[in-house]
Amino acid sequence: MEMYLKAFLIGGLICAVGQVLIDYTGLTPARILVSFVVAGVALGALGLYQPLIDFAGAGATVPLTGFGALLAKGTVEAIREDGMLGILSGGLSAAGAGIGAAVVFGFLTALIFKPGDKM
Amino acid sequence: MPARIGKYTTRLDRSPSVVSFASVVSKKESEGPLGACFDVVNQDTAFGEKTWEKAESRMQETAVQKALEKGGLSAGDIDYIFAGDLLNQCISSTYGIRATGIPFFGLFGACSTMAEGLALSGLFVEGKLAERAMAATSSHFCSAERQFRFPLEYGGQRTPTSQWTVTGAGAAIVGEKGQPPYLRHVCIGTIEDMGVTDMNNMGAAMAPAAAATFSRFFEDTHTSPENYDLILTGDLGKVGSELLGKLLREKGYNLEGRHNDCGLMIYDLEHQDVGAGGSGCGCSASVLCSAILTRIREGALREVLFAATGALMSPTSVQQGESIPGIAHLVHISSQPEGGC
Amino acid sequence: MAQKKITQQAYQEMTKQASPPTRSYLTIPTAFAVGGLICVLGQALLGIYQSMGLEKDAAGTAVSVTLVFLSALFTGLKLYDKLAKYAGAGTLVPITGFANAMVSPALEFKSEGLVLGLGAKLFTIAGPVIVYGVSAAALYGVIAYLFGLY
Repeated sequence: MEMYLKAFLIGGLICAVGQVLIDYTGLTPARILVSFVVAGVALGALGLYQPLIDFAGAGATVPLTGFGALLAKGTVEAIREDGMLGILSGGLSAAGAGIGAAVVFGFLTALIFKPGDKM
Repeated sequence: MPARIGKYTTRLDRSPSVVSFASVVSKKESEGPLGACFDVVNQDTAFGEKTWEKAESRMQETAVQKALEKGGLSAGDIDYIFAGDLLNQCISSTYGIRATGIPFFGLFGACSTMAEGLALSGLFVEGKLAERAMAATSSHFCSAERQFRFPLEYGGQRTPTSQWTVTGAGAAIVGEKGQPPYLRHVCIGTIEDMGVTDMNNMGAAMAPAAAATFSRFFEDTHTSPENYDLILTGDLGKVGSELLGKLLREKGYNLEGRHNDCGLMIYDLEHQDVGAGGSGCGCSASVLCSAILTRIREGALREVLFAATGALMSPTSVQQGESIPGIAHLVHISSQPEGGC
Repeated sequence: MAQKKITQQAYQEMTKQASPPTRSYLTIPTAFAVGGLICVLGQALLGIYQSMGLEKDAAGTAVSVTLVFLSALFTGLKLYDKLAKYAGAGTLVPITGFANAMVSPALEFKSEGLVLGLGAKLFTIAGPVIVYGVSAAALYGVIAYLFGLY
């Protein structure tokens, strides 16, 4: 139960930061997504994100910063196993399932559903 | 003959009439305060078509046909049509008017297109270049949204200053002096740019253009806001209307109680969740070609200044960080012909 | 013509005054609550997958895949954008927002064909995210490799 509360608080807090950026900096949503992923990579690289994941679980992995941290983590792990090639392969292979899911489910959804109006 | 008065204004001495006009809208607009005024309401925003672009063309075609029908005219009776819209290369107009066989001038004036087309139609009839000329334009929420903003299913938030593109079209046929409404003056605007870069605040980008056109018109004609019952802008919305009032007050003109904006009239801002109001070519077109022209014809409105405002940017220029240039064209529409009363 | 000309700066100030501000007292708490709840859903899924015997990393991946699936489905049903209108960053920042950013243009631009419409537009918003994410990770990889930080 405690874990749910932590996930809610940390996850909510990360999203609230995003909202502050939208409201006060006028950054477009695409730029916010990019900044969060890059910030996640940076925090992961500095070893600051793993403690947050240990603390808040999905509250830290579900936001896109978690996706960025995963890219960083995958990169060092791949370097450990494959050496230099890991620099290029690590990020994508760690994030592969998420990106693959987004591509495949995105493709299927776009194929099956009809675009609709906003009312 | 048309007479140039002052630096920017042309007086139409033969007072061409708007002989027929029609408006087409969809669901959301029909639920607004002017819902009962429109000629054609289609609850299906796709207008029975497969794409939003086709829907918009269909809408513009319907407006043109309806205006012809209401005037007891056929396409062959129209010498020229001036039409345009917001989509790249004005495809709604070209595909919508393709089948009519009317000689076609394609216009790009963004949301100022209705005033631009009406002004040109008036000048052509006044100058005896045409017996009858037509102005038509349209906009569609969905086709505009996917060209200028985000896909419709995308989860984005609208800022309070953003405006809602009207799904609507309007067409007006101008002919020799007959019955009211009469076109009395036109004042073509210049491109004004005060450095606004926010795509979600078009009203602010266009207000300086409207202020410039109005003040030049008042100067050229030696009139003031008090000479008119209604000073109507196209789609400045809430923010732009407030700015227009302020800009003109600095120039010594008080619009209080006389100004209204098509973007504020077409929707119920409190309940329809449209941000700062309606926008798009179809906004001023559908409001003018329904409630406004009808009320001038009936004499409920006597002297009206109609100035549709346009924001002349493209998605490319916005991405490149350019500011948004605005323009406003004015047409003075009256229930009395020149030299009347 | 004696009136003074308004400068661009003065006009920007006027615009700022005339423009209603974003109601942050509503948007920020809503983003917090909705974003938090999506993470709670993720936490619940994590628990379920782990109790099914998945390892921690595999369970985490399964959570991402499930959330992406749900986001795609809700986007297709035109519900995601309705929630996002209120939630803002609450639905943008979680991985579900990333999925929505891929599905929505693909669906919208299907009318321009299956290859250059659907296929290409799948990456309009998500493409940059992958480009900058992967490049940042590779940059980190180079540093880690050169300085032996792995």
